[in-house]
Amino acid sequence: MIPVYRWELLKLLAQKRTYLGLGVSMAVPLIFTFVLIFKTGGPNDIPLGRYIRETGLALPFVVLFFMSIWAFPLITSLVAGDIVAAESHNGTLKTILTRSRNRGEIYAAKVAAAFTYTAVVVLAMGSVAVTAASIEWGFNPLTSLSGTTVSAGHGLGLLAASLAIYAWPMAAIAAFGLFLSTVTRNSAAAVVGTLMWALFMQLLGVLPGTESIRPYLLATQFEAWHGFLRTPADWAPVVRALWVCALYVSIPVFAGYLVFVRRDVAGE
Amino acid sequence: MSGAPPVTARALVKRYGAITAVDHVDLTVERGDVFGYLGPNGAGKTTSLRMLLGLIRPTEGSAELFGRDPAEAGARALDGVAGFVEGPRFYPYLSGRKNLRLLADLDGGRAASRIEEVLDVVDLRDRAKDRVGGYSHGMRQRLGIASSLLRAPQLLLLDEPTTGLDPAGMRDMRELVKRLASEGITILLSSHILAEVEELCNRVAIIRSGRIIYEGLLDELLQSAAGGYRLRASDPERARAVLLARGVEGVQLLDGELQFQADAATVEAATIALGAAGIGITALVPLTATLEELFLGMTEEEAA
Repeated sequence: MIPVYRWELLKLLAQKRTYLGLGVSMAVPLIFTFVLIFKTGGPNDIPLGRYIRETGLALPFVVLFFMSIWAFPLITSLVAGDIVAAESHNGTLKTILTRSRNRGEIYAAKVAAAFTYTAVVVLAMGSVAVTAASIEWGFNPLTSLSGTTVSAGHGLGLLAASLAIYAWPMAAIAAFGLFLSTVTRNSAAAVVGTLMWALFMQLLGVLPGTESIRPYLLATQFEAWHGFLRTPADWAPVVRALWVCALYVSIPVFAGYLVFVRRDVAGE
Repeated sequence: MSGAPPVTARALVKRYGAITAVDHVDLTVERGDVFGYLGPNGAGKTTSLRMLLGLIRPTEGSAELFGRDPAEAGARALDGVAGFVEGPRFYPYLSGRKNLRLLADLDGGRAASRIEEVLDVVDLRDRAKDRVGGYSHGMRQRLGIASSLLRAPQLLLLDEPTTGLDPAGMRDMRELVKRLASEGITILLSSHILAEVEELCNRVAIIRSGRIIYEGLLDELLQSAAGGYRLRASDPERARAVLLARGVEGVQLLDGELQFQADAATVEAATIALGAAGIGITALVPLTATLEELFLGMTEEEAA
């Protein structure tokens, strides 16, 4: 599968939409930094917002919160929603399906490539945010959500762990985008559908009466990183995010797989 | 490679709802054949090829390539097989060479080492570094052949390879197909360009409304319509009388020429009789039907 996966990545690297998403994920923390430099006050009502000018380590967490609402879902769906549909539309799917690779292998490579892109986007945002903010406000110890202070090095480790767990619900969005991309064979429908689904998940989380299912909603898993920022660490939301997101990932991926391996590839 | 024929289809059916695109098609393509798969647009040629390449599943029946069913064996059924349907498609944002590199990596084996060689075969080496998005239709068709040759195929399935090409491009493509056939590659060529099939193919199948209405040697098909003659004589009226007297039936006088059906022995006897009667023969031409005439006759008769 490695050569197929490598080519899926190379195809992504040759497309403008990849750089558009990556560019936005890196531009947002830069814009945050510039705005905070030239304005007083800050996002004090969100986690770690009040410490944003004390250490460069706080900004990535603040941006994670803001981008989870629609920016990251949009960036993810731009690529995941296109990855199969564009090939159906352009006719290149039949080109690669008449070579020496089974359909399952090609689908798996596309899933892996979409997840890789998602992880890279999150990592890029985090890296740019911590770099830009540290240049301006210094690479100082971080105040945790419990009010304790952790060293800058430890804070960086917490950031890495937080980005890693944050990538899980992002992967769930990518999986849903890939599923729609496979089923609809239409990039625009898959991108918009994925974004709508992500926003619907956010909406479900704030509707009254959904308290009992709230821990299992996708939107809640975007906050699982809070567990790392408590003293001692609260593993419950982290563990829950791992298995809940595993379900959100595996169901659409498997459904997409069944469609992909059985579908007729005719003129689109 | 097994001893099974390159292509075998038995009672192959593809239905889309109430529409039957391919209706109990039986086909056998033998090794070394350049097999013409003829039919009007929408007759079911492309659908048949899609089933052969495993892109769509048959509703009924089976299709095998060298004895392997693509619906069962997946990509392994395509070992030694290459081709394209509805024109080759490539990634427009990658260069021609990168497209071939991608496909070679998917094929594995020695495919990557053949890239420069196949670019030479289709005369695209000079443009190989350019993005495919900037290629002409003819260049994409040639790149399609190149991508097929990467697999060192024993069987090549080509769906209307000259469609959309200018006359020079069509000529070049035909020469390329001839060359590949001379190298021992079995070719299944779908086309509705009859002159092309007549020039390239040794065997044909004619499909109409999803059903095969003829399968066999092209020469036999053409000879089946032979046996007619056109005669130009110094005195057509008297010549007609002589022919009728010699037992030739159905003699018609058209534009000063006589046309009739007869076997070779009757024609030989008639020419001697015409000479003995003092009638000069200025032309005696055996009539053969073109593939186009036969095709139109068969498909229009079937439609009626």
